[in-house]
Amino acid sequence: MAQTTSLLRKTPLHALHVELGAKMVPFAGYDMPVQYPTGIVKEHLHTRAKAGLFDTSHMGQAFLSGADAARALERVTPADVAGLKEGMQRYGLLLNDEGGIKDDFMTTRLAGESDLYLVVNASMKESDFAYIAERLKGLATIAPQPERALLALQGPAAAAALARHAPGVEALSFMKAVRTEVAGVPAIVSRTGYTGEDGFEISIAAKHAEAVARALLKEPEVLPIGLGARDSLRLEAGLCLYGHDIDETTDPVEASLVWAIGKRRKLEKDFPAAEKIVGEIVNGTARKRVGIRLDGKAPARDGTQIADKSGRVIGRITSGGFAPSLNAPVAMGYVETAFAADGTEIGLLVRGKALPARVAPMPFVPHGYKRAK
Amino acid sequence: MNETRFTDQHEWVRVDGGEGTVGITRYATEQLGDVVYVELPKIGRSLAKGAEAAVVESVKAASEIYAPVGGSVTAANEALNDDPAKVNADPEGEGWFFKLKLANAAELSALMTAGQYADYVKGL
Repeated sequence: MAQTTSLLRKTPLHALHVELGAKMVPFAGYDMPVQYPTGIVKEHLHTRAKAGLFDTSHMGQAFLSGADAARALERVTPADVAGLKEGMQRYGLLLNDEGGIKDDFMTTRLAGESDLYLVVNASMKESDFAYIAERLKGLATIAPQPERALLALQGPAAAAALARHAPGVEALSFMKAVRTEVAGVPAIVSRTGYTGEDGFEISIAAKHAEAVARALLKEPEVLPIGLGARDSLRLEAGLCLYGHDIDETTDPVEASLVWAIGKRRKLEKDFPAAEKIVGEIVNGTARKRVGIRLDGKAPARDGTQIADKSGRVIGRITSGGFAPSLNAPVAMGYVETAFAADGTEIGLLVRGKALPARVAPMPFVPHGYKRAK
Repeated sequence: MNETRFTDQHEWVRVDGGEGTVGITRYATEQLGDVVYVELPKIGRSLAKGAEAAVVESVKAASEIYAPVGGSVTAANEALNDDPAKVNADPEGEGWFFKLKLANAAELSALMTAGQYADYVKGL
């Protein structure tokens, strides 16, 4: 055990987490805070009511440079990267040649810069960067940024709290990004996040991370929030967790992520497995990712089998747990497409019983994004 | 007289006469985090010592609760259905799970006393 722990990597905020009394757990090769003494339910509700600060420094940040880095990146993603306007960020899927999802990521085109700024999942970063480097060889160069930290400030009070340290950020709308200063240090700030709330992601040099985090934690609205609440918040928001809800065995259409495929890309069909994926958009898939609400109070977890009313297994839960904002269990998973309509009655096979449940629209809790008017 | 005994799985059983009340310890609740659901055993169910008796669900995960001693279930704490947070707030009081009529009181002697359990937790 001790040996395993010593091999875990630490983010620049590790000492601060320990000082704040966090319970640390291994996650994606890092020793990360799963919760603080506040506890997951209160951390979750606080983020929905005010603002929460998350350490997401374990995630992979990189710059992609090249004569036309955006076009180059389109070789491995169906997102419209070339059409991304200056100062904007976009969600993308990294695909393998069969159309399976290798990862999901964010791309940003900062004003006046030719490089693209990328953020990928912690558990996938080495593999993503190697894949991008190989597939874009001669066209673009990927430069990982391990010396950058990443913080997320999320919740309805995030804008007010952050604006005290970074005047002007309140003017950004959802999915906009700028280079600015936060608490006096250079930062890339984007109005985005993984909680369904309004909020920001703040990329800064690792050496400044603790000072910036401490400055934000001094704001009366802000509490530190661990990975436990991060997971329950994103589940309520209907957002996918890579390795659970999406992976190389799922494609964008099955995953109900068709919105992440650019309009132009569907016409040009120049991304991996484009013929297959565009065909699926037209003809449908055998299974689909859906939201699930349970009638009772017992949660159903990742891996739980989903059955129809006759007891035949028709799918599997990929994320499931308790939704603190709803005081009820929720889940998402894949079902045969015939059972994917909202309201379809299903059973979740937990400890030998079929818990009654129904397919439900997502997000489970409305998003609070500040979209451009 | 009543006496509370503890298992290495962090269940407690408080025995009064021939009846034992079972719950989980403060240490267990600190490890689990916020409890959101408890599946309780049916009254009348017969449990062998070490049998799976209940399931406690936290935000993060489900954990099985085992019978510290054998017996038949005489009561379940239905108040936990509406307010599972009682388990965190008062694990060794209002947060009890179920009661059972002991099949063999001699099984208690294999369990830890409060002092032994406190030492055990210190060593974890």
